[in-house]
Amino acid sequence: MIDAIATLGRQALSIFSRVGASGQLLYRTLFRLPNFRKGFPLFLEQVYSEGVLSLIIIVVSGLFIGMVVTLQGYSVLQKFGATQQLGPLVSLSVLRELGPVVTALLFAGRAGSALTAEVGLMKATDQLNAMEMMAVSPIQRVISPRFWAGFFSMPMLAFIFNAVAIFGAYLVAVKWLGLDDGSFWSNMQSSVNFSEDVLNGIYKTIVFGFVIAWIAVYQGFSAKPTAQGIGRATTKTVVYSSLAILSLDFLLTAMMIGGW
Amino acid sequence: MRQRKVEIIVGLFVVIALMCLAFLALRVSGLIVSTGGARYAVTANFDNVGDLRVRAPVSIAGVRVGQITHIQLDEQTFEAVVTMEIDENQSNIPVDSSASIYTEGLLGSNYVSVSPGVEDKALHSGSVITSTHSAIILENLIGQFLFNVNK
Repeated sequence: MIDAIATLGRQALSIFSRVGASGQLLYRTLFRLPNFRKGFPLFLEQVYSEGVLSLIIIVVSGLFIGMVVTLQGYSVLQKFGATQQLGPLVSLSVLRELGPVVTALLFAGRAGSALTAEVGLMKATDQLNAMEMMAVSPIQRVISPRFWAGFFSMPMLAFIFNAVAIFGAYLVAVKWLGLDDGSFWSNMQSSVNFSEDVLNGIYKTIVFGFVIAWIAVYQGFSAKPTAQGIGRATTKTVVYSSLAILSLDFLLTAMMIGGW
Repeated sequence: MRQRKVEIIVGLFVVIALMCLAFLALRVSGLIVSTGGARYAVTANFDNVGDLRVRAPVSIAGVRVGQITHIQLDEQTFEAVVTMEIDENQSNIPVDSSASIYTEGLLGSNYVSVSPGVEDKALHSGSVITSTHSAIILENLIGQFLFNVNK
């Protein structure tokens, strides 16, 4: 009985200490004066590998998600003779929910996992220790550019995802199903509000980018320096990021709709 | 050399992303950078505005000339006070024009239609449209119809 309680307590303590360690890592990443001259090329390199190399999966899934939502929406709206509302349906669902959430899930799977594996392997092969020996801060040289690049790339990818998804919807609705071009765009414009729909979606992507980058660098930084440990850390990054994205999405939506 | 290539590619990435944002802002949400003073506000009192919402269009002869900016209740008369902004280039709408609330299609959203009057004086900022026709509430019509049928 006492043993069971002690086990529970030990687990709780280890969870709290990990949360604390990740908070410390975040603090050391955020509140260190960046060296722009040296740090900026590193940051660009990471934007390239996290953002630009994720473009293909983002563009392809954006296109197909836009097209599928349009087809599904069309088959339902057609029953009520309300196909002119197809534009608002697709654009609102993409801008408010699908864009930020699907981009974030894909980004966690594509870039977050790679980031964790990379940092974890650096740790396993003692590269991080070697840097400290040479008085180069691993936080500044390795963690910080990766964190900021993830934070920066995520909204960019979401803009591209949204635009491509709406373009996919346009292709299906206007070019294939034969809806009127003008009413498709004008109904969309009259029901999409820039600050309520577009900006709120962007706020979501900024929060998601921050959380994914944080989880990914922490998992890599604290991974056990073994092959198995890196594998586990990579899995954890994807699982924790996905859970965080979905639950934060609900919270943020509730806040935005409730107006607090 | 490789560093230069990465810089160019990342620059392109950012430019494309910002172009997508501009597309979302201008083409999808119809955000128009409003130039101050290009519109003037007119109010109209309605007995019932039905489902009229802020940002609904104001049209003359079916052509959009402005939008609803504000709907509130007059506490003395219990009428709905609807404030609408009309484009400055529509500056010769007669003062005795009437405003009516119509529905786009059978189930669509409501909008305000202004029917021009005959006076020479034109509406200006702050003027009130006195002759108004309320929204047609479908339930009331059905109720009246059923009441008459039962008689």
